Amino acid sequence: MPGVKQLAGRKELMAGGHRACAGCLPMTAMRQTLLTAGKDTVCGCATGCVEVVTTIYPYTAWRTPFIHSAFENSAATISGAEAAYRSLRRQGKIDKKINFIAFAGDGGTYDIGLQALSGAMERGHNMLYICYDNEAYMNTGIQRSGGTPKGTATSTTPVGKVVPGKKEFPKPLTEIMIAHRIPYVAQATPGFPKDLSDKVEKALAIDGPAFMNILTPCTRGWRYPMEESMEVARLAVETCFWPLFEVEHGKFKVTRKPKEKIPVAKWMEGQGRFRHLFKEQNKHIIDEIQEEVDRNWAWLLKREELTQS
Amino acid sequence: MGRRLILTGNDAAAEAMRQIDPDVVAAFPITPQTELMHKFAEHVADGDVKAEFVLVESEHSAMSATVGAAAAGARAMTATSANGLALMWEIVYIAASYRLPIVMPVVNRALSGPINIHCDHSDTMGCRDTGWIQLYSENAQEVYDNVIQAVRIAETPDVLLPVMVTFDGFILSHTAEVLDGLEDNVVKKWVGEYKPKYSLLDTDQPMTFGPLDLQDYYFEHKRQQVEAMRNARAAVKEVGKLFDELSGRSYDMLEAYRLDDAELVIMALGSTAGTTKVVIDELRAEGTAAGLLKIRCFRPFPELEIAESLKNAKAVAVLDRSVSFGAPGGPVHKEIRAALFGSSGVGLVNYIYGLGGRDVSMDHIRSVFKDLETIAVKGTPTDNIRFLGLRE
Repeated sequence: MPGVKQLAGRKELMAGGHRACAGCLPMTAMRQTLLTAGKDTVCGCATGCVEVVTTIYPYTAWRTPFIHSAFENSAATISGAEAAYRSLRRQGKIDKKINFIAFAGDGGTYDIGLQALSGAMERGHNMLYICYDNEAYMNTGIQRSGGTPKGTATSTTPVGKVVPGKKEFPKPLTEIMIAHRIPYVAQATPGFPKDLSDKVEKALAIDGPAFMNILTPCTRGWRYPMEESMEVARLAVETCFWPLFEVEHGKFKVTRKPKEKIPVAKWMEGQGRFRHLFKEQNKHIIDEIQEEVDRNWAWLLKREELTQS
Repeated sequence: MGRRLILTGNDAAAEAMRQIDPDVVAAFPITPQTELMHKFAEHVADGDVKAEFVLVESEHSAMSATVGAAAAGARAMTATSANGLALMWEIVYIAASYRLPIVMPVVNRALSGPINIHCDHSDTMGCRDTGWIQLYSENAQEVYDNVIQAVRIAETPDVLLPVMVTFDGFILSHTAEVLDGLEDNVVKKWVGEYKPKYSLLDTDQPMTFGPLDLQDYYFEHKRQQVEAMRNARAAVKEVGKLFDELSGRSYDMLEAYRLDDAELVIMALGSTAGTTKVVIDELRAEGTAAGLLKIRCFRPFPELEIAESLKNAKAVAVLDRSVSFGAPGGPVHKEIRAALFGSSGVGLVNYIYGLGGRDVSMDHIRSVFKDLETIAVKGTPTDNIRFLGLRE
């Protein structure tokens, strides 16, 4: 599997000059994914930041084939393209190996696109679905999604006199995809590029559907200085808020075990969206989040132990 | 050599699909479309077709997968009815805007609510402005012929628009008729191989499909769609002529039945046109100058041909199997009225009929012709939007 230096030497498939914000990690995730996947990759993307910033007609930043159709149907659209490929290949009309990747944000995956994703995975298409999870509907102005952490201030869960941000824990999307019993499920983040790239390579090499949930901090929505994006991404891993792991044919493997498990508050304190939680009356919410992180981490390690033996 | 077949409308569509043998079919079951897909599934199970059959989890995904497949250079099809079409709605527009020559049989059924599985045209009439070509079928023969023609119409280079082939739920979809089928190799040769200009699978020449199209270009792209729909008029006619040469069955945008000297004219779409023809024969025997102008192609709409065809008529009744709430009449009537704007003399009346599968009998049609006798003398009545077969 290629190292970061080798990847950096490859031809860029995501052209510069697109309209993403400085410090946008979803775009870094795209770049890392495409460098790994190579040019023979058909990409699709749901409506959202990535689609908007990369394809303002008459320009496109995609040097691979690309299709955007709507918000909730990235998985279904790419499943159709993959079906076409299978059909044409069977008829001998095409023979080269082509990868199929459907992208969508957390809104397009946890929420409106969940049905299409579930269907495409269940049908067994040979495709990789990547959720670039920036934990809210950023493109439409930072509204809460099913993937938004508890306590987060968003446009639709503002911090008011009586409500301290989002009330609910996020939907465990990666777990839902593991429960689909597809050949490959993984979590990654561009903060660990080699880990991300290795997982993309593995996901594409595996025959059948694969899913990756990639945490992609958003400088605007999370409210931290744009130059800190990579650090924020890494800290999410080092606090075990966003564990890096993969599930290959049912076998769990934690791909990064922090030497020292940092309290989740250290990750949260740098982000404006959590600022109100550090007030005395809201600190119990941070405790609840820490408990949830600890529980999830312990359960993850347990499952690794159970399935690797 | 043709083949004499006994098929339901659904089976006729499935038979045409088997012979067209598209690369990808993506579908989700909904009554009364179900048996069409059952039949096609049997062809897949028996290895009769090369199509990749994608059994999606909703109609929204059916149309999405069909769009993805068509963008990837496949000849792609789906089929649906009523609520299924409504769920697809968003992507139905996108398919046309992306200029993907998809063919979709739609088995006409009433939209909910309340839920009803029987025929009316509220589903396809509701998406008359989606940018799809719409062909309505009178019987199983036309279902079969229209599906085959739809492929060539859709793929005409200066058209590249998707086509809906509609037929009446249960009335046509579930009743068996005798029809003439073409030989497999004849259909295969006639529809030819699909050679798309652009494909997602051409990774050496990467294309972006569906970019964000803002104030700068969106309007121009819509204008191109308008032009494509204009070009579709010639394509529907030309393909109809070519199909006549192939099969001996001619097709145009309209079909006139005993219309030349008709004074009292009914305009209808779908199976009701067949019922009307029978009544016309009876009335003619009784000495009434009755005729039919059937609309086969509702999109694009043949307004000039309609005005020309009705120039000798004294009274015209437009039968609408759907309702356009708050509008001046049913959707077909409104367009006929627009087509006849400025034509003097003809009395025009609209009948909303057959919603939710309410049967339309020969007596109903006869009563319409009876009304037309009065309208021919007195002109367009003040109560020009009426209901046929309704208890009030």
